[in-house]
Amino acid sequence: MSRVRIPPTLRSETQGAREVEARGGTVRELLDDLMSRFPALRGQLLEEDDLAPFVNVYVEGEDVRTKNGLETAVDESSLIILLPAMAGG
Amino acid sequence: MSNYRDLLRTARAEIEELHAPQARELLDDDAVLVDVRERDEWEQGRIPGAVHVPRGHLESRIEQAAPDRSRPVVLYCASGNRSVFAARTLGELGYERPISLAGGYTEWQRSGLPTELPRTLGPARSTRYSRHLLIPEVGEEGQLRLLDSSILLVGAGGLGSPAALYLAAAGVGRIGIVDADVVDETNLQRQIAHSTDSLGEPKTDSARRRIEGLNPDVEVVPFRERLTSENIERILDPGWDVIVDGADNFPTRYLVNDACVWHDIPVVHGSIFRFEGQVTVFKPRSGPCYRCLFPQPPPPELAPSCAEGGVLGVLPGVIGSIQASEALKLALGIGEPLIGRLLLYDALSGEFTEVKLRRDPACPVCGESPTITDYVDYVEFCQGVAH
Repeated sequence: MSRVRIPPTLRSETQGAREVEARGGTVRELLDDLMSRFPALRGQLLEEDDLAPFVNVYVEGEDVRTKNGLETAVDESSLIILLPAMAGG
Repeated sequence: MSNYRDLLRTARAEIEELHAPQARELLDDDAVLVDVRERDEWEQGRIPGAVHVPRGHLESRIEQAAPDRSRPVVLYCASGNRSVFAARTLGELGYERPISLAGGYTEWQRSGLPTELPRTLGPARSTRYSRHLLIPEVGEEGQLRLLDSSILLVGAGGLGSPAALYLAAAGVGRIGIVDADVVDETNLQRQIAHSTDSLGEPKTDSARRRIEGLNPDVEVVPFRERLTSENIERILDPGWDVIVDGADNFPTRYLVNDACVWHDIPVVHGSIFRFEGQVTVFKPRSGPCYRCLFPQPPPPELAPSCAEGGVLGVLPGVIGSIQASEALKLALGIGEPLIGRLLLYDALSGEFTEVKLRRDPACPVCGESPTITDYVDYVEFCQGVAH
């Protein structure tokens, strides 16, 4: 199981959890696992089956868009960070 | 027993001397130039590029001024005698090629070579900024640079407040503040540039009073207006070295980004929500821009503001202070600014996490073939016409 960090704007969809565990060998599989348990996340992470342009996903500190996108490999020890834009100042 | 003349003759025979024109060639060729005179002599004029290490402090301070012993070091005094002894000392310290400037500063001037009058802080400022002067990376030159620098704050709210106060205390000479709001009671839980006395007052006036009270060296340039495509060129016109983005909305953030890419101004970006903050530096051409990071803003329902979702009062203190620190580094040209790195802070877990940001070659503003080359309607863009 990999650890996924949930940003504050998405926590209402994960019953307030700040970090959840998810299973999968790629970012896509991992997000599918996550969204099967928290279905409301889908509209906030994906757009037309691809990563929404206002969300970044980092695997071990690297933006998956600079790797293989949703097909980027993850392993059990990976820390995945979901990061939507925030404007507050 | 030897007298002064004998000592000088002996020392001179042991070291290398160069006349001004030859010394200059060597200086153009990467030699270090050290002025060993006393402070009052230095203040009356010096050779450009020289480092000041008075003869009495030579042994203890030369390594800081000239760490590489293999580089030639040209030493000068007023007439070329003290520098002879200084050169011999450097030889004893293991410097490979210490050179005394024959005839010293006097001959340099007489040869028509360039000199300059150094600026100094003066006694009052030397006291005020003494803790900066003690840091080798800042010093008197760095402090003068800060006093000459101009930093524009977009927003005088949660992030802008601590940034404004620390930049002012540090002696940034000109601080611009763009904010159209007035101080209200809900601001005071975190916006420390304002106070109960300034309720109802424009934030630009309130912040200006605090800054001027903190440091009279700072000139505050207030812009009591909301930053828009229509006024941004006028507001950027005076010229700013760094922009600190502490806005509270997406349209302003994309507007600041596009303008700064086109004007080549680094932006220190910070944002906050509840217990979490993000901070990074967008430096055009050296790293990614905001659009490389987030090509589009989230739809409004997915991006609650602090007014809707709340924020821990001290959080902007942490993030705004990091922004001030990054802005000072950029103004001084020191350290490693957060370019291409996004620092995330989670106050609840007490953790900092860093993720890498990269330039997007397809970025519509800073990419290889930009498609956005003029201001757009940022409000419409952020209302998510694409969603």
